[in-house]
Amino acid sequence: MSTATDTKRKAPAGEKVADWADGRLGIYSLAKANMRKIFPDHWSFMLGEICLYSFIIIILTGVYLTLFFHPSMNEVVYHGPYEPMQGIRMSEAYASTLDISFDVRGGLLVRQIHHWAALIFLAGMFVHMMRVFFTGAFRKPREINWLFGFLLFVLGMFTGFTGYSLPDDLLSGTGVRFTQGAILAMPVIGTYISMFLFGGEFPGGDFVARFYSIHILLLPGIMLGLLVGHLILVFYHKHTQFAGPGRTNKNVVGMPLLPVYMAKAGGFFFLVFGVIAVIAGIASINPIWAIGPYRPDQVSTGAQPDWYMGFAEGLIRVMPGWEINLWGHTLVLGVLIPLTLFGVILGAIAVYPFIESWVTGDKREHHILDRPRNAPTRTAFGVAWITVYFIGLVGGGNDLWATHFHLSLNAISWFVRIFFFAGPVIAFVVTKRICLGLQRRDKEKVLHGRESGLIKRLPHGEFVEVHEPLAPAQLHTLTAHEQYKPVEIGPLVDENGVKRKVSVVQKLRAKLSKGYYGENNQIAKPTAEEYKEITSGHGHH
Amino acid sequence: MSSQEIPEENLPAEQDAAHGAVEGAGDPFADPGLPAHKPRIQDIDERAANRSERAVAFMFTLSMLATVGFIASYVIFPVDKIVYIFPFGHVSALNFSLGLTLGVALFAIGAGAVHWARTLMSDVEVADDRHAIAAEPEVKAKVLADFAAGAEESAFGRRKLIRNTMFGALALVPLAGVVLLRDLGPLPEKKLRSTLWAKGKQLINMNTMEPLRPEDVVVGSLTFAMPEGLEEDAHDFQVQIAKAALMIIRIEPDNIKDKREREWAHEGIVAFSKICTHVGCPISLYEQQTHHVLCPCHQSTFDLSDGARVIFGPAGHALPQLRIGVNSEGNLEALGDFEEPVGPAFWERG
Repeated sequence: MSTATDTKRKAPAGEKVADWADGRLGIYSLAKANMRKIFPDHWSFMLGEICLYSFIIIILTGVYLTLFFHPSMNEVVYHGPYEPMQGIRMSEAYASTLDISFDVRGGLLVRQIHHWAALIFLAGMFVHMMRVFFTGAFRKPREINWLFGFLLFVLGMFTGFTGYSLPDDLLSGTGVRFTQGAILAMPVIGTYISMFLFGGEFPGGDFVARFYSIHILLLPGIMLGLLVGHLILVFYHKHTQFAGPGRTNKNVVGMPLLPVYMAKAGGFFFLVFGVIAVIAGIASINPIWAIGPYRPDQVSTGAQPDWYMGFAEGLIRVMPGWEINLWGHTLVLGVLIPLTLFGVILGAIAVYPFIESWVTGDKREHHILDRPRNAPTRTAFGVAWITVYFIGLVGGGNDLWATHFHLSLNAISWFVRIFFFAGPVIAFVVTKRICLGLQRRDKEKVLHGRESGLIKRLPHGEFVEVHEPLAPAQLHTLTAHEQYKPVEIGPLVDENGVKRKVSVVQKLRAKLSKGYYGENNQIAKPTAEEYKEITSGHGHH
Repeated sequence: MSSQEIPEENLPAEQDAAHGAVEGAGDPFADPGLPAHKPRIQDIDERAANRSERAVAFMFTLSMLATVGFIASYVIFPVDKIVYIFPFGHVSALNFSLGLTLGVALFAIGAGAVHWARTLMSDVEVADDRHAIAAEPEVKAKVLADFAAGAEESAFGRRKLIRNTMFGALALVPLAGVVLLRDLGPLPEKKLRSTLWAKGKQLINMNTMEPLRPEDVVVGSLTFAMPEGLEEDAHDFQVQIAKAALMIIRIEPDNIKDKREREWAHEGIVAFSKICTHVGCPISLYEQQTHHVLCPCHQSTFDLSDGARVIFGPAGHALPQLRIGVNSEGNLEALGDFEEPVGPAFWERG
């Protein structure tokens, strides 16, 4: 990039390297757009970073584990350093996991970092997804990135599942058996898929090797691609921001990548890694040595999947055992319905952005985040969804709830059966009420100022609390949100008295729109006239 | 799903425009613009800034020390040393020290970097403009024209024969990959319908590995059995035991409610498949008083005194019963295979 005027200047070494790279990669143009890219600051924006960093940690530790793990189901008799397992028959996969835990110095730490990071990765994605959902960050232009993130979450679940199945221990083997039983329930193709997946009858001698390539290559490969795409889109769209003074839909306010976010985000990687390393040092996870090698005729009590599979586990546990036998075939509804629900419930949150944009008919870009209270119906839907998820999670641990809280197992199952339906409805109504209440409070605050805590006695003896008017910045922030008007279908007969055709879809949309934005479903935000009227008649608080 | 019928003016005003009915300066809710930068103590007091510098340097130094500690722990502690550390209990000394030192080594770098960013780097907020993601109309027109030119030059639309055969070829070629998957496993055929049990096979007690005799089975006990001839080191042991595993209990014959169960029993000794009919977990929890068994995975509960019917939980049908008798040596033997498939239900089960 030297020009005629500065050819005589001796470029420093770093610049020379950069020049070399620029001539081949065009890094200067790249850096021009991105080096000082502005990122807004908010604590909730770091949730996605936790996911990114735990994914990197998982890859680093995972590569290390592959150096010692033998993905083989060949039977061996254990003669290693772990005394209780001496002479016990087990698969090579299990034996090598014992070796990683007891023979390889630091192997146990890396194994535990890997597993802890996986749990944190999934938990991080869940919370990050909820942050994006409740603030409306999924709106145009970010719908595709929402789907990328959703796919990462779902693939993460299956990568986790195939990963914890690899040691071929009694607990994970039981989980694989459950999966195989669920596959068998699929109409027509179930037995075929099971035979093809396991190379014959369960458990066979193939699934560890097959899960291994799925776990370390296929799924993480896809996820890496999605992750890169996710990040590129974050850069391309520029980050969303909350409303506030100086923040508009046409700008992004914050601090530059170099140096602030380079240090903050880069440092955050080390913080996440450090915390996970400490957890892995003090808290054991998946102690396969205490569980024993897998045998299809043995099982331990209190068997639980990793947390992110608990919701599916709950659905399967509380479902009544319906089976339909007709014409020599069996439709295993008791397993099939939970499996379908699992997909439907996850799918519902995935398609939500498209439903909302259809209801609003809004095709504009949105870069200003909503406060959850200002989108009461969306927020209520999200809380209802989380409620279903956690009710399922309770069902997945019904035995642990029963033993830890001295409850009846049957009662818990019935609780889950009832509240699987009632829970989200209650959550929806309550959440919406709370949101509307908070909207009213905001309105009150804007129009009457904030409570100062000062009590004033008026000449005629009345006590009032002094309210202080808000600063312009606060006034702006609290009134900056958009409010839609409900879609009207219009009169069903035109001016000539002829019936107008209104499709069912249009009617549905009008109904939904009313549910979202109709009277009583959002509190009209204060107008300038209201404000002026109240503030001009000062006498009252 | 078109939304053409929603007019633009129905949408709320843009967030960057003044909102509320009053425009411009009269609007009490107007955006006052970015607030002025509030300096931090480090921005105005050089000594405070130096303190921050020392704090950051301290954390980076701490990280270096922790890494040295990590290497030292790796060398010092034997892999099998167990120590008691409150409140964690008995833990591996190596794992504990490696985790802590690595954790500190990493965390201190992060803490140093974040403290540096927060106290010493500029915290002046800057506004950057956004640009619409969608292209300008001229760009779009150019792209469409280019595409039309390219499509025209390829004669894709005109030479239908090329287009159709190409679609055909591209649609067929993935079949090669699908076909290659055929040998992932055998076809199901009748594999799930049979187990190793057959007429005359003795029941082997899985604890003693000896043939079971009726007198070994007392009321209130739960015994697990497998078919004679199945060896633990057989290559297909896991596959066979996954279907053949058996639960044996003894019930006073008068207490057996199910007629067929009583007939298939031997003096009140009944043999049921141990594999749950829900999704295949081995059932292992036996309640002596009620003769209920519970699957610990999903809590399906079966009444072994009543044909092993499901009395609670997600299982869809009763546990299959194995017909048993006694052979000439006085050992328990099977009188045939299970009459229905064991384990989870499947489409062809019927």
